[in-house]
Amino acid sequence: MTDASLHKKGKSLLALDARTKKRNAAEARFKGYGIAAIAVSLFFLVALLVTIISNGVPAFTQTYVNVAVTLDAAKLDKNGNRDIDDIKKVSTFGYKPLINAALVDAVAGIETELSDKDVGKILSASAPAVVRDYVIANPDQIGETVAFRLLTSSRVDGYMKGRVVREDLARDKNLDAAHLDLIDVMVGQGSVERVFNWDFVLGADASESRPEQAGIGVSMLGSFFMMLVVLILALPIGVAASIYLEEFAPQNRFTDLIEVNISNLAAVPSIVFGILGLAVFIQFAHLPQSAPIVGGLTLTLMTLPTIVISTRASLKSVPPSIRDAALGVGASKMQAVFHHVLPLAMPGILTGTIIGLAQALGETAPLLLIGMVGYIATNYPDGVASGFLDPNSAMPAQIYEWAKRADPAFYERAWGGIIVLLLFLLTMNLIAIILRRRFERRW
Amino acid sequence: MIRQVRVAQSGMAGDQMSNAMILLIVLGLGAVGYFLGRRRALAKVGGDPRGLHSLPRYYGANVAMNAVVPALVLLVGWLIIQPIVINSAVSGMIPESAVSEGSSISLLMSDVRRVADGLDAAVSQGVMTEAEALRLDEDAVKEALAGVGVALGADVTAETLAAAQRYREMAGTGNVLKAIVIIGAALIGFAVAFGRTTPDFRARNVVERGVMMVLIAAASIAILTTLGIVLSLIFNTVEFFRLYPASQFFFSLSWNPSFSGRGGGSELGILPLLWGTLYISFIALLVAVPIGLFAAIYLSEYASKSVRSVAKPLLELLAGIPTIVYGLFALLTVGPLLVQVFGDDGALGVDWMQGGTAVMTAGLVMGIMLIPFVSSLSDDIINAVPQAMRDGSLGLGATHSETVRQVILPAALPGIVGAILLAASRAIGETMIVVLGAGAAARLSMNPFDAMTTVTAKIVSQLTGDSDFASPEALVAFALGISLFVITLGLNVIAMMIVRKYREQYE
Repeated sequence: MTDASLHKKGKSLLALDARTKKRNAAEARFKGYGIAAIAVSLFFLVALLVTIISNGVPAFTQTYVNVAVTLDAAKLDKNGNRDIDDIKKVSTFGYKPLINAALVDAVAGIETELSDKDVGKILSASAPAVVRDYVIANPDQIGETVAFRLLTSSRVDGYMKGRVVREDLARDKNLDAAHLDLIDVMVGQGSVERVFNWDFVLGADASESRPEQAGIGVSMLGSFFMMLVVLILALPIGVAASIYLEEFAPQNRFTDLIEVNISNLAAVPSIVFGILGLAVFIQFAHLPQSAPIVGGLTLTLMTLPTIVISTRASLKSVPPSIRDAALGVGASKMQAVFHHVLPLAMPGILTGTIIGLAQALGETAPLLLIGMVGYIATNYPDGVASGFLDPNSAMPAQIYEWAKRADPAFYERAWGGIIVLLLFLLTMNLIAIILRRRFERRW
Repeated sequence: MIRQVRVAQSGMAGDQMSNAMILLIVLGLGAVGYFLGRRRALAKVGGDPRGLHSLPRYYGANVAMNAVVPALVLLVGWLIIQPIVINSAVSGMIPESAVSEGSSISLLMSDVRRVADGLDAAVSQGVMTEAEALRLDEDAVKEALAGVGVALGADVTAETLAAAQRYREMAGTGNVLKAIVIIGAALIGFAVAFGRTTPDFRARNVVERGVMMVLIAAASIAILTTLGIVLSLIFNTVEFFRLYPASQFFFSLSWNPSFSGRGGGSELGILPLLWGTLYISFIALLVAVPIGLFAAIYLSEYASKSVRSVAKPLLELLAGIPTIVYGLFALLTVGPLLVQVFGDDGALGVDWMQGGTAVMTAGLVMGIMLIPFVSSLSDDIINAVPQAMRDGSLGLGATHSETVRQVILPAALPGIVGAILLAASRAIGETMIVVLGAGAAARLSMNPFDAMTTVTAKIVSQLTGDSDFASPEALVAFALGISLFVITLGLNVIAMMIVRKYREQYE
């Protein structure tokens, strides 16, 4: 198409011809695809966060019922001598009638079709144990009437949170609609209330039948001890390896071999590290199963490549003039690195380490293989040695465990656990960002 | 199982104690050595450090290093070798005839260890004296151990008990010997280095050589890890192929492990699992590649700086979310949502989907997980295309999108293919999403709404719950693991080769 032919058709240069329009439309479409891609990804992100928050936040509150239980001396201490051994002989079954009676008293003014025996179903199965523990701790209170705040059953809690509705209860033998009417009245009286659930954040996991009691605290400690192992091992080893590779390694086969290994290990699926941990630490070295030290060792091996890669990058960013100056005033090569390069690279190294730790904290698959799932973490570790060596769970493993259980009440716990986990990850990443902003030097 | 764990603990606690004691003594010697070495060096030159070859602290460090390092290396070596020696000596004691039907020498050995640990626990808890423990006969041992919380499965045979006694005896001597040898080594190192502390001694050079050794050792851990992975996979896989024909594993079309634990009747073919893995990965890539690629193109070619500075970190947020979260998202949110659309009474009324766990569920969620992975890799690669190529194309009158499609993408194609391969390797190795989202049934089906299972999901299910590694049902996990390792490694190597070659092209 030449100028002459354009003029012949008598068209203005400013009016777009069909072909240009098509090309411009294609341009707009292409740009639209890009915007759509970004929008879709952001939509997924928002959907994920909304799901997590809307499903997880209820786990942070729990429904309790306030009752005044009369600790009947005739039942709890038959001999009347307040002997602690005698008191301990009364099992939780002995406490159940007391609590039930207290509850019946509490609802005395409310009209309900429930029998006295059935009223107790609104309480968690853990209630007698709570009262019994209190009595054993305070034997002098026997004979008194003590106000308790007791957990309600998970169905009642679900009703308060809108998870359970009356229609669901038609086939449920644990709870009737009449219970819910009762609860409605009790809420009005203020004897049933929803409060912040410290037991979820700090408490231990509970058996499969008591979702209302389950907490993530113990597995948080398990994760903590694991991260301690990772930090103690991965940071020094990773830094030492990076210093060697970046500052001293000669160009030879051995160095190449190490480099290839590190970049490959960074891409090996995490489950393979789980197999390694199982075979080496448990099968071969006979370290205790489910112990945080095994998890920590496995995660250390997994995190090392990440730390090495970021440490090398920050060592590389220290300009050679620093090394030259140190060497020039008579420092040895080793002194130049340890006295001058390493301190300057430290902020970057710490940033990389924190990010590596965050990755390790959220990792689940290797933990499944070394037995950190299926173990019900009900006991706090007593002491540091027990923290490392006794079987425990870890936060992501605990979440997985809850996700697998049959009762949907556990799903709420799982989402809640995810919020806790993400808060930890967010904090760690924020610290990393702040470290980078404040201390990293541009040369 | 938990009970056994606890026993192992109490047995280990004693071990640990002596090891911790030895470690403390050695480290204490090192600390003392530092101060003595430093003082001696200074004393030799009358307190004037200028007379020394190195700074005084190097003399101290030299003594400490010589005391601690050889002793620790010896300790680690001892800890690895002693159990092997004892095991082989003790298992030599057990006659072939004692190994009953359906059992194996390794199972018997674990019994032996359990009895030995139990006896140790009994003695350390004061239930019986050492002499009583030695005189115990096989009938009494079970009750005795039950008293300290050690549950033994089968009856203890005379051979097992004898082996256990021998095991304890050897372990006892070993531990005493260990303490003597290691503390001795530390003392010798101390003495030698202390004796060599003279003003002319080149302490700095020696210490720096030592530090260099430590650095090299740390760098070698990467090699050791790879070696550990490969060896642990290979040994167990060989063991598996001894129990189960390899041809069946690689070519059988069904996966149907029996749960009796006795073996026999299990069909352990990898093909259905591989099919599930590839199908899910394919769907994941179908989601992640277009979205990730277009996001990368938009961010690197079109977006203004402010949009970029907001959108890029947000995208990377998706990458920082742990996979367990995606798994839960798949199981509890995406799965039920898909059933509502494609299920029995679904919005489309098509009844394609029976349950929430399906290839589609896992694939979709995995795709979301991979978006930031694809986009940040492609972003780097697109940015690496020289600006001159863009300018040339735009200067000839091409629109922006024509430049991207006809100049930038062809130039970046090898790199993008590499990025996609890396993403595929990620997808194949991903575990939590498929464990929670894909289902447990292994089947060869074309319907993406069917539940299928993957290699990683089966590794998890075969290795959890049961602590017995002798059955083919458990060992198959290692064969699956090595297949997974080889596949992902192959993809990674190819991808890295492509990416590296591409980078060199424009550097």
